[in-house]
Amino acid sequence: MLELFWLVPVIPFIGFLILTLTFGKLPQVYAGIIGAGSIGLSFLFALLAGSSFLAADITAYSQTLWTWISVGDLEVGFTFYLDGVSLVMMYVITGVGFLIHIYATGYMSGDPSFSRFFAYMNLFVSAMLILVLADNLVLLFMGWEGVGLCSYLLIGFWYTDPNNGYCARKAFVMTRVGDAFMAIGLFALFISTGTLNIQEAMFNAEAEWVVGSGIATAVTLLLLGGAVGKSAQLPLQTWLPDAMAGPTPISALIHAATMVTAGVYLISRTHVLYLLAPDVQYLVGVIGMITLLMAGFTALTQNDIKKVLAYSTVSQIGYMFLALGVGAWGSAIFHLMTHAFFKALLFLTAGSIILAMHHEQDIFKMGGLRKDLPWSHWLFLIGTVALVALPFTSGFWSKEEILASALEHHEGGYLLWLGGVAGAFMTALYSFRLYFLVFYGKKTHDGHEVMGWHLQGPLVVLAILALIGGYIHIPVEAVFPEVAEHHPSLFYQAIMIGLPMLGIYIAWLIFIKGKLDLNKLAGQGFGAKLHRFWYTQWGMDWLYDKVIVSPYVWLAEFNKSDVIDSFYNGSARVVRFCHDIMSETQTGQLRWYAISVAYGLLVLVTIGVLL
Amino acid sequence: MILAWLISILFVGGIGAWLSEKSNPELPRVIALATILLDLLLVVLMLVAPGALGLDAAAQADLGEPGQWLVLYSSEWIPRFGISFIFGADGLGLLLITLTVFLGLVSLGSAWHEIKERTGFFYFNLLWTLAGVIGVFTALDMFLFFFFWEVMLIPMYFIIAIWGHENKEYAATKFFIFTQVSGMLMLLSILVLVFFHFQDAGEITFSYFDLLGTNIPPGYAFWVMLGFFLAFATKLPTVPMHNWLPDAHSQAPTAGSVILAGILLKTGAYGLIRFAIPLFPQATAAFAPTAMLLGVISILYTAKVAFAQNDLKRLIAYTSVSHMGFVMLGIYAWTSQGVQGAVMTMLAHGLSAAALFMLAGGLQHRIHTRQMDEMGGLWGAAPKMGFMALFFTVAAVGMPGLGNFIGEFLVLLGAFRISVAAAAAAAIGMVVAAVYSLIVIQKVFHGENTHKLELKDLTTIEMICFGMMMIGLLWMGLYPQSMLDMSEPTLRSLGVLFFQ
Repeated sequence: MLELFWLVPVIPFIGFLILTLTFGKLPQVYAGIIGAGSIGLSFLFALLAGSSFLAADITAYSQTLWTWISVGDLEVGFTFYLDGVSLVMMYVITGVGFLIHIYATGYMSGDPSFSRFFAYMNLFVSAMLILVLADNLVLLFMGWEGVGLCSYLLIGFWYTDPNNGYCARKAFVMTRVGDAFMAIGLFALFISTGTLNIQEAMFNAEAEWVVGSGIATAVTLLLLGGAVGKSAQLPLQTWLPDAMAGPTPISALIHAATMVTAGVYLISRTHVLYLLAPDVQYLVGVIGMITLLMAGFTALTQNDIKKVLAYSTVSQIGYMFLALGVGAWGSAIFHLMTHAFFKALLFLTAGSIILAMHHEQDIFKMGGLRKDLPWSHWLFLIGTVALVALPFTSGFWSKEEILASALEHHEGGYLLWLGGVAGAFMTALYSFRLYFLVFYGKKTHDGHEVMGWHLQGPLVVLAILALIGGYIHIPVEAVFPEVAEHHPSLFYQAIMIGLPMLGIYIAWLIFIKGKLDLNKLAGQGFGAKLHRFWYTQWGMDWLYDKVIVSPYVWLAEFNKSDVIDSFYNGSARVVRFCHDIMSETQTGQLRWYAISVAYGLLVLVTIGVLL
Repeated sequence: MILAWLISILFVGGIGAWLSEKSNPELPRVIALATILLDLLLVVLMLVAPGALGLDAAAQADLGEPGQWLVLYSSEWIPRFGISFIFGADGLGLLLITLTVFLGLVSLGSAWHEIKERTGFFYFNLLWTLAGVIGVFTALDMFLFFFFWEVMLIPMYFIIAIWGHENKEYAATKFFIFTQVSGMLMLLSILVLVFFHFQDAGEITFSYFDLLGTNIPPGYAFWVMLGFFLAFATKLPTVPMHNWLPDAHSQAPTAGSVILAGILLKTGAYGLIRFAIPLFPQATAAFAPTAMLLGVISILYTAKVAFAQNDLKRLIAYTSVSHMGFVMLGIYAWTSQGVQGAVMTMLAHGLSAAALFMLAGGLQHRIHTRQMDEMGGLWGAAPKMGFMALFFTVAAVGMPGLGNFIGEFLVLLGAFRISVAAAAAAAIGMVVAAVYSLIVIQKVFHGENTHKLELKDLTTIEMICFGMMMIGLLWMGLYPQSMLDMSEPTLRSLGVLFFQ
């Protein structure tokens, strides 16, 4: 079955073609069957290919479809590559993707652009699969840009609202900034290693680069630029919360489970390069730590249910970056997978809540919903405890691994660990704030659970995965350098388990017991300023607007009519002016001509005499 | 001979179309269609079955590198001045001829319902422009080349001046002066070149093959080269010689814009690759950094100006200049990846820009405005149009999988080898391209349809044209090797730097 694994990314693409070329004429039932069915079929092929890959006991399998670009020394094939890491990614994308697609057939039913929605979704899955299955960085870049495009299209899916369009453009342009860095990184990598094939490039780099050399630092920094853009990490993280303008299944699929983790995938895919640039690798960890803390604080102040989840996604990807920074490559991929389970669950459940509340997303207008929405309540609780990493949930195992690795990382790891556990506390605080505010307290609005097998079915599967997904073994040992088992001492383990519990307890004190008057605290003086500062993403949006966006718009507006043109028009005007003077002299009066001739003669004679 | 046939068919067809208007104003477009289809048939035969036409690389005259020319024809014209008919097509030429005939067909599709007045003369001009362009792509005698350079200019002047929009005289005159002045400089350079060759070898000749490798005194070489460069860089165009283009485009009828953006600009790039660089290798080597800088400035400067435009056609025109900046950058990097990238950008931009102009023209035809603030929310009213706009915009942004990406990626890679700074600055173009492109989609197709515009969605003819261009761009994006293999022998024979 392994020979057929190229079908995995192709089937969703065929689905996209069918849905596009019918221009929305297809009845919704069929559009839904094609849209979700193509992903299901793709998942099936992924399972078959994956099981024969695992059975074959090989480390990697690659399949060339055709030569894509061959110019001079550049050789790029349309080649797919399967190893432990891409296998896990492939399962996550098709598996979680399939569940989200099924959910979406319920969530989007009745939307006039139903078919267009699934067309974009299928294109996205196809591009995402190309990204993770590419054997070279150009093909990876194709998937990389493709998912960015689909993200743009789906954030702005409800296009009549200009704000959605703004958010979509912001996401696309900001990630493109990262992509430009990444493209330059590819060029530099190609010049110095002579290839863009990922495995060969890593092999050559290992043989030729000196650890910590300029080229290693430059290439890894540039690739990191692409990764922070796509994965919404500092300093390019501000687009992700705005991306919540898209329909909720999109937030679950693209902006939680798959696309935003592409940066993590990229870095772990090219981990050999990062091992050759230890400073940059540590920087990855530091970026992860700072991002996870900043996003945690911001999540604490948001009042839109999807935005809280968005910041929590930024924060959780921060953990993955932290893992990469301390060389826990496998743990990063592991957390990527468990996060896909519980965050998809949280987003989709949030979608159900939003449906039940007639598209209300403000958590302060919810409250006391646990009776009205029992399904959503339990599902959301499961997602929340996995996010908070309570013992034995999926999130616990992956986060535990990351923090343990940080703790034992030789230098600077302790700092990252401290940030990580502080973040774990924050996570508990903002997650249960959200949970308590939505499901406890005084009921202000009525809600009715919207039921249907395609809504609750996928959620139940995801909930099971969120709970027990930590016991799944991911086959990545052959890909990454071996890591020793970490066994932190009981003291550290107690801290790592205890702090989230403390966070929940404090959230309970504040939001259930009302021990602390938040309005008073955040309503005036320093508290208000701090609240505002956190709420507005630490002022970064403001900064970008003032430093980059506004000057560019001003400059463009200022030079709207293209200053260079005035040179040409100016010279034309001079010619016309001279022409006008000359034609003025043609008066037709004999007297005028006679005098001109006489004066002319006089001038000439004078000049003659003087010379 | 077949190349002369390609051109003559267009010349004759043009006259036929003009004359036929008297009997029926509907007739010229039919004749034009038949003419272009006939040419297309010949081109397709050249591509797929060169043997059937008796094209045999081995049987050619003793000109140029063996094996480079797929077809070469030479006969005397004015022997006294060493002027002859030399037509030749190699891989690069054939690619561009194919593009020309293909877009000729597309422009015909866009004119089909739009041109209602003086149809005979219109199609005459259309066909003669195409003939001039094919002549430019195949002429290998400098005098003949210059002749065709003029032939493609004058009919295009009429197309803009007669069938253009509200400010057509200004635009047509500007177009004419820019091209004519720079063309005169090239003529001067040709004559000086011929003169130096005469001094050296004692014979007067305009043959490209003889003039290659002419010994020019170092002090003069730069100025002679500059004459060629200015003519081609104006046509391309490059900042700061680009100002004719936004006016010409916004005023030209749709078919005119399609041909201008799709094909005419490419003659500039072709001239640089075929003539300006191989004829003056030393002078070029010293000049290349300046040219690359101009390329980068073009990319960034016009991207910024494009962003501020409200006139849809003007905006697309500026983006064309921006994309041609990549071509300039790639050509003057003179590495295999750079020049191959430039060639791919030429082909891909030919399709994507033509399609975008056709959309803008179609919109203007339907709602009688080009101003984007008078549009909005058109997706709901014309979803097919919206989809096409999205597709070609995305192509222009450089989405991998479509032709433009291959071009820009190779250009940047090729330029990176020569100048890291130039490639890095040009890479900013990736970002600003997204900024100006997406704003178009937003202003025209997304948002609320506040002006309550109602319009007819794309017609069958338009769908066929767009469909063909879509397939072309996908082909270029997914299997560019088929084209890269064609142009490679050309580039090798021209001395492009190949890294192995």
